[in-house]
Amino acid sequence: MTVSRLIFREIGHRKVNFLLSILGAAVAVGVVLVVIATLRSYDRQTEALITEMEAKTEAEMNQLEDEIRKSMKGLGFNIFIFPEGQELSEVYAEGFASRTMPEEYVTRLAESPIVTINHLLPSLTKKLEWPEQKRTVVLIGVRGEVPFSHRDPKKPLIDPVERGTLVFGYELHRSLGLEKGDAVTFLGKDFTVSDTYPARGSKDDITIWMNLGECQDLLDLQGQINAIQALECNCATVDRIGEIRAELGEILPDTQIIETQSTALARAEARNQAAATAKAQIEQQRAERARMRTERQKLAGWLLPVVGIASMAWIGLLAFLNVRERLPEIGILRAIGVKGGTILGAFLGRAALAGFAGGLVGMLIAMVLQGFLQSESGLLHSGEWLVAVIAAPVLACLAAWLPSLAASQRDPAEVLRHD
Amino acid sequence: MIELQSIHKRYRSGEGEVRALDGVSLSLEKGEFVALHGPSGCGKSTLLLLLGGLLSPDEGSVSFDGEDPYSLKPDARARFRAERIGFVFQQFHLIPYLDVLDNVLVGELAATDSNGNGTPDGHRDRAKELLDAFQLGHRLHHVPSKLSIGEQQRVALARAFLRSPQLILADEPTGNLDSENAAIILEHLGNFAAGEDGSVLMVTHDDRARAAARRSVEMRNGKLV
Repeated sequence: MTVSRLIFREIGHRKVNFLLSILGAAVAVGVVLVVIATLRSYDRQTEALITEMEAKTEAEMNQLEDEIRKSMKGLGFNIFIFPEGQELSEVYAEGFASRTMPEEYVTRLAESPIVTINHLLPSLTKKLEWPEQKRTVVLIGVRGEVPFSHRDPKKPLIDPVERGTLVFGYELHRSLGLEKGDAVTFLGKDFTVSDTYPARGSKDDITIWMNLGECQDLLDLQGQINAIQALECNCATVDRIGEIRAELGEILPDTQIIETQSTALARAEARNQAAATAKAQIEQQRAERARMRTERQKLAGWLLPVVGIASMAWIGLLAFLNVRERLPEIGILRAIGVKGGTILGAFLGRAALAGFAGGLVGMLIAMVLQGFLQSESGLLHSGEWLVAVIAAPVLACLAAWLPSLAASQRDPAEVLRHD
Repeated sequence: MIELQSIHKRYRSGEGEVRALDGVSLSLEKGEFVALHGPSGCGKSTLLLLLGGLLSPDEGSVSFDGEDPYSLKPDARARFRAERIGFVFQQFHLIPYLDVLDNVLVGELAATDSNGNGTPDGHRDRAKELLDAFQLGHRLHHVPSKLSIGEQQRVALARAFLRSPQLILADEPTGNLDSENAAIILEHLGNFAAGEDGSVLMVTHDDRARAAARRSVEMRNGKLV
């Protein structure tokens, strides 16, 4: 005869009490595990939702950025760097600067770690008289784009003009009947027409483009330019031009900058605004989800103790009823010499078994609910399953402790005398 | 020899103090079968519980071959009861969910926890022998509710006899039995006293039981008369 045999026989005899104890433990374990799984599922949903929103926003932003980039490229350079001291009113009136700066500036920029501008194009511009044709033209000397040394090469917006060639704006080549390959004399020097541009409706239509070196020689301004054109990057900042000025000021302190092409900028602003709005929406969503999670956690914070205490009270009550029903048995066992510790062990062993079985049932309930409600697995970690299996019998024993202790300390004489 | 010397036991109740035992002295020799009788409430059951190591006296001494069970610590006294005393009650006090064999062996729970071992094989065999002797060999795996009253009392008797105790304390063992079953129980108690050098103290109102005992002692108002 062993205590375990006594326990199992008694459980078989008083099934209802034992099953109700299992139910108490199962409810507690099931609720705890389901609450944990639900909170974790909510976290996962939040993460997935935010990730999806971020991916969508990023895709939209990439698309917008691409559109802006195309738009800006289509509109041409929109940043002009002029020598310090240049009257900008003169620039706005004439369309170019009268002062010059060293061509080496563009090399310095290209070799700098600057990030706020792209596509550097040095130029030397002068309005002058074309003596051979007796007409006023704008002469622009260009050498093609200067690549940034720290970036991957990009396709240039403008191709360089080869030495000995000229490119003509619309009004000039139309009125003079010039075509590609024609020979032309300019400032006493012979050139070939390498390209003719369609009408742009701007001073470009009376412009001649020439190789920068040749232009400098012709104008006797060797090593000098009067502007560096650039395309600003779509930097995600409100004060874009301020940022460019700050960066450029570090590299070329004796220059000044103006920004043009407001349509492209408006698009960039819109893009940045859209990005900011999307980011704010994501943050709002994140905050809302966090608030909801906190509320759920608060609910769990009081629900779990209530369920835990109610389950323990339930198991304790059932243990008390079991003890009361078994008083004669306890009396005779104590009378024939069974120690109080053995009786305590019999009652606690029964409670532990109920807790263990309840823990397993609770786990089963949690698994089923997890499968039905969340449609996802792995919400609960193996450690949590293990804790549930261990904690349930421990808590059941704690719940049954007082009735079991009372049973073990019951005076057998008292029981037998009143029987 | 089992000896009680000037035992006093008082209970407090709502009506004041009750003198359950008032200077009781009693000796039981080995092999003696003693019947204790008297009116209800005279202190018979109190005397029985006191002899069984379950109720300490307020005054006086209890001696089992010179050893006072009340000088022992609770666990040692429990072991003392398990090894040296057998109980038989009018209500049998069988455990309802254990079969006949387990009910006889249930006292081994005391042995289990004192030695850390389970039921020795010898005890299982002896339990079966006892049940055979009590004509219950065919009922080993029946639960008490499937037994007759007489059979239940015989199971209780086998449980008391299992470890060949020094003293059997029987409280109205025939009180619920018909004459035929009462005779069987009295015969077994008599045989135990005669054959195993054990003493039997039986509380009874039954004249047949008193007649079966070798000595009869009467008790009134907490005193032996």
